[in-house]
Amino acid sequence: MNKIMISAMAVALFLMAGCSSEPEVPNTHGVYMLLDTSGTYTEELKKAQLIINYTLAKMNPGDTFAVARVDTGSFSEKDIITKVTFDDRPSMANRQKLKFRDDIDRFVKTVKPAAYTDITGGMLQAIEFLNEAGVGRKTVLIFSDLKEELKKGYVRDIPLQVGGFDIVALNVTKLRSDNIDPREYLDRLSMWQSKVEAGEGTWRVINDMERLESVIID
Amino acid sequence: MSFSDVYMLWSDSPAISAVIWSVIIMLLTYLAREPMHKMFEAFAGGAKQAFQQAADALQGSSQKLADRNREVLVAAGMEASERLIEREFSRIDTIVHRDLAEYPTLHRKISDVVTKIDEDYKSSSEAPPEAPGWGKAIDAVANIQANKNDPMVGQVLQSIHGSMEKSHHHVLEEYRKSSRARHMLLKKMRPFWRRMDGDLKLVNEKVTGLLERSAVIDQQMDEYEKIVAKTDGAVRTLSSSSLTQFFIAGFVLAIAVGGAAINFNLIARPMQEMVGGSGMLMGFKTANIAALVIILVEVAMGLFLMESLRITRLFPVIGSMRDEMRVKMIWITFSILLILASVEAGLAYMREILSQDDAALRASLIEGGSAVAASSQRWITTAAQMGMGFILPFALVFVAIPLESFIQSSRTVLGMVGVGLLRGLSFLMSMFASGSHYAGAALISIYDLIIFLPLWIETMVKGRSNRESGSGKKGFSPFNSDAVKEV
Repeated sequence: MNKIMISAMAVALFLMAGCSSEPEVPNTHGVYMLLDTSGTYTEELKKAQLIINYTLAKMNPGDTFAVARVDTGSFSEKDIITKVTFDDRPSMANRQKLKFRDDIDRFVKTVKPAAYTDITGGMLQAIEFLNEAGVGRKTVLIFSDLKEELKKGYVRDIPLQVGGFDIVALNVTKLRSDNIDPREYLDRLSMWQSKVEAGEGTWRVINDMERLESVIID
Repeated sequence: MSFSDVYMLWSDSPAISAVIWSVIIMLLTYLAREPMHKMFEAFAGGAKQAFQQAADALQGSSQKLADRNREVLVAAGMEASERLIEREFSRIDTIVHRDLAEYPTLHRKISDVVTKIDEDYKSSSEAPPEAPGWGKAIDAVANIQANKNDPMVGQVLQSIHGSMEKSHHHVLEEYRKSSRARHMLLKKMRPFWRRMDGDLKLVNEKVTGLLERSAVIDQQMDEYEKIVAKTDGAVRTLSSSSLTQFFIAGFVLAIAVGGAAINFNLIARPMQEMVGGSGMLMGFKTANIAALVIILVEVAMGLFLMESLRITRLFPVIGSMRDEMRVKMIWITFSILLILASVEAGLAYMREILSQDDAALRASLIEGGSAVAASSQRWITTAAQMGMGFILPFALVFVAIPLESFIQSSRTVLGMVGVGLLRGLSFLMSMFASGSHYAGAALISIYDLIIFLPLWIETMVKGRSNRESGSGKKGFSPFNSDAVKEV
């Protein structure tokens, strides 16, 4: 009799959990960060390191985090510096975070400037990675001046499918030419915004790192 | 054809058209007056009847609910009163078993003391000193006819006097000795008197205690009789008591919910180490649900424990169990509670370790430090958390008492609220019934007001024809019509 009751309760719980009209969205957060390593922008990587550490501190068990470099051809798994899906147990997740930080520290020390900047390739890689990770909320952080320079022969005129993605451009520095003609800077931002919004994603620019918290916690 | 075309059908002038249309409408309305009045009357009458029936039904339901509420209240009052009387009898039983069981011994002690005192009293009674036997002889000697100046006689008398003095002293000494002995006996009696006094006081105290208890029982029996008789006073007292219980129990339950929330916060985070931190169940974190389940299980065990101890009576099955089974249940529920409390203490400790770990990680990642220096006072918070984790499950056990009061009083309180709502609705329905009645009358009046002109003409015509015929029939009064009166 008791077994029947327990079974009935288990079935009822299972049905309650499963009888939702919409498929359940996981409560996890996936963050993919692109680091521009082209030219003089490598000097900004110290800032990127702080952002990565900050992001690591705010992430929860079950979340996914990956950091990839943007170089000549960024649509490649080889460009992923390090990636992790944090363990369900908080203590284990903390250990993974420390290891992740060490990996980034090592990369920042040994990084060499890239000749070209394939941001679109990196974005495509980020989209693929986060879709595959099956996370509930997807954020792509682009740590770059957003000046894309492609090597001859690379085709990147591809529409981005970023529905459900938050694309956040961080530390978009002004180039010397931007100072001469600010329209270049504004056009660059506008171009990326329209590209992301055309793909049904949301676009934000954060140059003041104080406001980064809203991106990670929201 | 548009509205303006229809409107301007009779004339190009809007004013003339308006007049023509008004006349047409007035005429048509006048012609339809009788059926329209009937329709208004029918609607008003129907609505009034429907609302009145609804009001009556609600009134009936409210009365039934009030009766049922009264029954529930009386039953609850009887049960509570029976429990109190039962408890008083139990106390009397304890007193009788504890104190009056020794009464035969006490009685024997008092009898012994009384016998002893009686014997001593008899022994101490004063014996009159024996009169000397040779008094008469002395008297005879004293009456001898001889010369008083005879020295021989003087010597004899002197000798007799000396003997008399000696004898007197001896007798007095004897008397004093016997008096001293009697006094000693009386002195010995004093502790017996005191002992008897103490014993009698003891008996008095016990009998007084019993009398007080019996007075309490008398008072409670009076109340019980009033409840059984369902007197209005008793029902009022029970209602007031029920409301008080409801609010007090609700307040204590709110405090208990606060305690449970603190308990939840203590164990929810470390639960992530056991069941994972990212899993979701029905839209909630699995770890949170697991923590909540632990707390609810503790509350359930507390309920069973209180029930097994017969402090509460929420589950008659447990209350009516055999004593052996009940004791077993007490031990089982207590053991489960103890285990859960220990688990919670462990989780509280884990929480402290995790928060230290988090702080160290945060310092390492954001603030650039290697680790947070462990404070020497950290053990205080750790111990406090562990203590709370251990004590709160046991504190939650006592939720059963206010919960029982809350459930029992909520029956009557909800009943009272239900009666109030039903009476309010009934009043509203009565208002609607009256409103329908007057709305019908008002509609008829308004209708007649619109066609006042044809009605006036009709009255004039009827008046003239009446005058001509001399019948003297009463003419139509548009705003005081019989139809209106009927409605």
